[in-house]
Amino acid sequence: MGASISLDFITHRFSSSAEPTLKDIENRIEPSELVALIGRSGCGKSTLLHMMAGLLIPSEGCVRINSHQVAKPSAKWNMMFQKASLYPWMSVKENAALGLLFDGVPKAEAEERVDTLLDMVGLSDKKNANVQSLSGGQQQRVALARSLATEPEVLLLDEPFSALDAFTRTQLQEEVPNICRERGITMVIVTHDIDEAVAMADRVLIMSQNPGRIVGEQKVDLPWPRRHMDTGFQTMRDELMQQFKGTDTGLAGRKAVDSDESDVAESAA
Amino acid sequence: MSTSNTQSFAMTNVVPNMPQLFGWLKSLQYPALGIACLLALWWVGGYMIENDPDLSAFSAFAPAPTFSALADLVRSGEVWEPIGSSLYRILAGLVWGIVIGVPVGVVVGYFATALKVTNVPFQFLRMISPLAWMPIAVLGFDSWDSAIIFLIVMATVWPIIFSTAHGVRRIDPNWFKVARNLGASGFQMLHRIILPAIMTDVMAGIRLAVGVAWVVLVPAEYLGVTSGLGYAINDARDTLAYDYLAAVVLVIGVIGYCLDTICSVLIKRFNWHVE
Repeated sequence: MGASISLDFITHRFSSSAEPTLKDIENRIEPSELVALIGRSGCGKSTLLHMMAGLLIPSEGCVRINSHQVAKPSAKWNMMFQKASLYPWMSVKENAALGLLFDGVPKAEAEERVDTLLDMVGLSDKKNANVQSLSGGQQQRVALARSLATEPEVLLLDEPFSALDAFTRTQLQEEVPNICRERGITMVIVTHDIDEAVAMADRVLIMSQNPGRIVGEQKVDLPWPRRHMDTGFQTMRDELMQQFKGTDTGLAGRKAVDSDESDVAESAA
Repeated sequence: MSTSNTQSFAMTNVVPNMPQLFGWLKSLQYPALGIACLLALWWVGGYMIENDPDLSAFSAFAPAPTFSALADLVRSGEVWEPIGSSLYRILAGLVWGIVIGVPVGVVVGYFATALKVTNVPFQFLRMISPLAWMPIAVLGFDSWDSAIIFLIVMATVWPIIFSTAHGVRRIDPNWFKVARNLGASGFQMLHRIILPAIMTDVMAGIRLAVGVAWVVLVPAEYLGVTSGLGYAINDARDTLAYDYLAAVVLVIGVIGYCLDTICSVLIKRFNWHVE
């Protein structure tokens, strides 16, 4: 069910005279693979994710999903953002069903699908609730159900848990890759948190900045579910950290790469 | 068993309502005080007019003759025809104001260039009293009714445009991004995202528009037409029936208040912000 993603020699400038934000990005993500993109703030990782979603078109090169060039957004390659951005005039159920409504799925079928998904994300008792009454974690779960409802082949996550409390974040870091693995969805997550990358991905791509380039990658060959306290987890995290330091001289001894990249996300939108 | 059930049901229905009733009555005390002050001022004014030899011809403006004239108007049914005519004109003007104002407001709010282009002309036109269009309206329309409706449109369209545009401008940009990402078409974006998001602002604009329209309507009806509350005032003045004139003024105020209340109820109904 998952789709492959090819990044074909992507270079991007936000204005024609400017230095490229992304340069010669080339990679292939296999169907049903779980990939994390890490890099410092402003390295263009979020911009690259927006290109995979079709929300931004690269100046040179292209993104191909299942060998089709991505030219516009589609519910088949779906993105989850840092903010849940639910629509406050719709109930939880209506929010989750929005992609299906846009797609013209009959109401009864949409309701059935959304019911199952809301049960799965643990919101079965909140289906008719006002989304403004939900906690941040619950809102992000509704956004997850909304993204999954359209049965996407690719799920793109743009630091979706960074605004959540540690407990909820850990829970979702476990649940989301599980769901993607069960459904064979290809997942790409952009994060500044190396722990999150190790917890969720099969493979981590490391990006440098000025210009943004993929400068390294690391297979994460750990069993599921992944526990932060396991020795294997910690070894992997240290290895990744070493590799990251090796590729980025400006980051000696820091665990997290950097915080918020929302400025990039905004300009990419 | 069934009896006791019925009793307890009746009790639970009645008992909790008593505090509610008191609460409701209590909430009316300040408005009641305001109305009482207004009536007192009116009565004092009437008393002074009656006792001033120069003005005593206008003594029918006082509360007692006014209320008696109002009772006459209601009893004879004469009051309904002008109310109907005026409400029809307001409604027609408002509908056109919405039909023109909401789409224009959406365009002006959505496209930054449209705002830059229209800002000066719209601010200029907005400041012209709708009544100033009267000569043009008379030339341009073949009936007085249409001319008055045109004036109402000129009064209602600006608050609706500005309020709608303001609503569109403050839509969370992420709402557009998420909807596009879920595959929304242009029409779906408008129908499912933009319109519900701006509904409260549109309603607030309509409320302002109704206020202005109601104020403009009465002087507009002084001209040409032979129906409506404005005409009724003019007619009462010409026949020196000041008690009837004051009764019509009272009717205008009450209807204006009711229209505003309906609007504020609708604003609450469409408001999705959690209070």
